[in-house]
Amino acid sequence: MFRNVAELLEQANADSISISEVMIRQEMDIHQRSREEVMGQMERNLEIMEEAVERGLKGVTSHSGLTGNDAVLLQQYMDKGNTLSGHLLLDAVSKAVATNEVNAAMGMICATPTAGSAGCVPGALFAVKERLHPTREQMVRFLFTAGAFGFVVANNASISGAEGGCQAEVGSAAAMASAAVVEMAGGTPEQSAEAFAITLKNMLGLVCDPVAGLVEVPCIKRNAAGASNAIVSADMALAGITSRIPCDEVIGAMYRIGRSMPSALRETAEGGLAATPTGRRLADMIYGITKEKE
Amino acid sequence: MKYQSVFDIIGPVMVGPSSSHTAGAARIGRAARLIYGKEPTWATIHLYGSFAKTYRGHGTDLAIVGGLLGYDTDDDRIRFALETAKKQNMKIEFVEDTAATDHPNTARVKLGTKDSSMELVGISIGGGKVEITELNGFELRMSGNKPAILIMHNDRFGAIASVTQILAQHEINIAHMEVSRKDVGKDALMVIETDQNVEDDVMLVLEHASHINRVSRLIN
Repeated sequence: MFRNVAELLEQANADSISISEVMIRQEMDIHQRSREEVMGQMERNLEIMEEAVERGLKGVTSHSGLTGNDAVLLQQYMDKGNTLSGHLLLDAVSKAVATNEVNAAMGMICATPTAGSAGCVPGALFAVKERLHPTREQMVRFLFTAGAFGFVVANNASISGAEGGCQAEVGSAAAMASAAVVEMAGGTPEQSAEAFAITLKNMLGLVCDPVAGLVEVPCIKRNAAGASNAIVSADMALAGITSRIPCDEVIGAMYRIGRSMPSALRETAEGGLAATPTGRRLADMIYGITKEKE
Repeated sequence: MKYQSVFDIIGPVMVGPSSSHTAGAARIGRAARLIYGKEPTWATIHLYGSFAKTYRGHGTDLAIVGGLLGYDTDDDRIRFALETAKKQNMKIEFVEDTAATDHPNTARVKLGTKDSSMELVGISIGGGKVEITELNGFELRMSGNKPAILIMHNDRFGAIASVTQILAQHEINIAHMEVSRKDVGKDALMVIETDQNVEDDVMLVLEHASHINRVSRLIN
C-alpha cells in the first residue's frame, strides 16, 4: 500500500502504469474485489456526479434561501460568448457550483473527498471532458487518480474542515482534481504530483468559516475557486513548471497549519466570515425563521 | 492507516450537505441502532465541538435520527427523519454539550426502550468515515478496517474461550481482540476484529454460548 506520494509515483514508475492503475490495483488487492466490481462502483459514483451537475445547471435553491441558481447565471453569461477567463474555465466553475448548490439543497451527491468540497473534482472533470473527449473508462480513471492523491492526504493529514480547515477540504479536492486533469491530458505521474503540489500550496491556510454553520457561504464559491485553481495548476504542470517544495512536504505543511488553526476557524461557525456582522445577521435570520416554524 | 479504500475518498454517495456532519452522523446513528439490535423508542443525543455548534445547519440532527431509523447515507428519507421519529413515537432529545472532547465531531448517543438502554460514543473523522470509540462506558480502539463483532457477556471463566473456540470451528481468524470489564464478575465486553466476515449462522451460535448476553456486528 502506498503511504505517500513518493511511494505512489515509485509504484507507477516501477510497473510503467498510470496513477489511476496503481489505485485500481491496490483497491482490488486489499479488498479482494474484481476489476469489474471496482470499476463498476466508481462508474456509479460518476453517474451520481453527472446527475448532480445536470440538476444544478437547471437551478436549485437551498432551504435557507442563502444560495442557489448561480450555476445557471454563469451558463447564461457564457452563452453570450465574451467571457474574460474563457469557456473551459468558467464551465468548470459553473459545474462545481452546480454540484455544491445541489449539495446545499440536501440533494444527492458523491463526496470528493467531502460533501462540502464535492464540486471541485466533477467541475474540473466535466469541463475538461468537452476539450479532451475522453472515453467513459478514462472518466472513471480520472476519479481513481483523484482518489489516489486524496487517499494520501486523508492518511497523512486530514480531509476534515473541523480538523484542518477548508484547506483540508476544498484545498485537497482542488489538488486532487488538478492531478487527475494532468493524467487525462496525457501528463506523466510526476506532472500530476506537481500539479497537486502547486494547487494545494495556493490553498494553504484557507479557514473553514461557514455562515450560520451551513455548507453554503462561502463553501460554494470556494469550490468555484478550487475548480479553476485545479485547471490553471494542471496547465502549469503540463508546461513543465515544478513545485520547489515536494508534494509530500506540502501535505505535511497543510497538516501542521490545520493543527495550529484556532477552533473558531475550523467549522464551528464562530470566526471568519461567520463572525462578520452580515454573517451573524444571516444566522439570526435563518434560525429565527426556523424557530417560528417550530 | 485510517483510510483503506479509494471509496472513502471518492464517496460516499450521500444526501448533502456535509460528509462529516450529515453522512458521518447518519453512520453513527445507524451503528448505534445496529449494535442495539432493534429500533429504540427514545434517544438522548449529546453533541460536542463542531457538531454542537453547527448541527442545525448541517442536518446532523436529521442524519443521526435517520441512522437510528435504519437509513443509510444515501437515503432521501433522512430529510424527514425528525418528523418520522415523531410519528413513530420515538422520543428524541438533543443536548449541545460544552465538555471538551478529543475530536471536534463527537456524538454521545444514549438510547433504549422501556426495558433496556445503551450508550455509545462515535466520532466523525472526515469524508463520512466514523469510528465508535466508546460503548456502555467501555473504551474501544478499533481500526475500523476489518469486520468486527461485539460481545457483551458476564465476567465468568470460560466465556472468552467459548467464543474463540466457536470462531475457530468456523475457520474465522481473529486479527485483533480486546476484552474489558467494569468490575470482577460484572458486565464485560469483547471486541473482536476478524479477517473473515462473521455470517449470521455463526452469530447465532455465539449468541447461545454460555455467559453471553448480546452479540452484534460493529463493522461488516
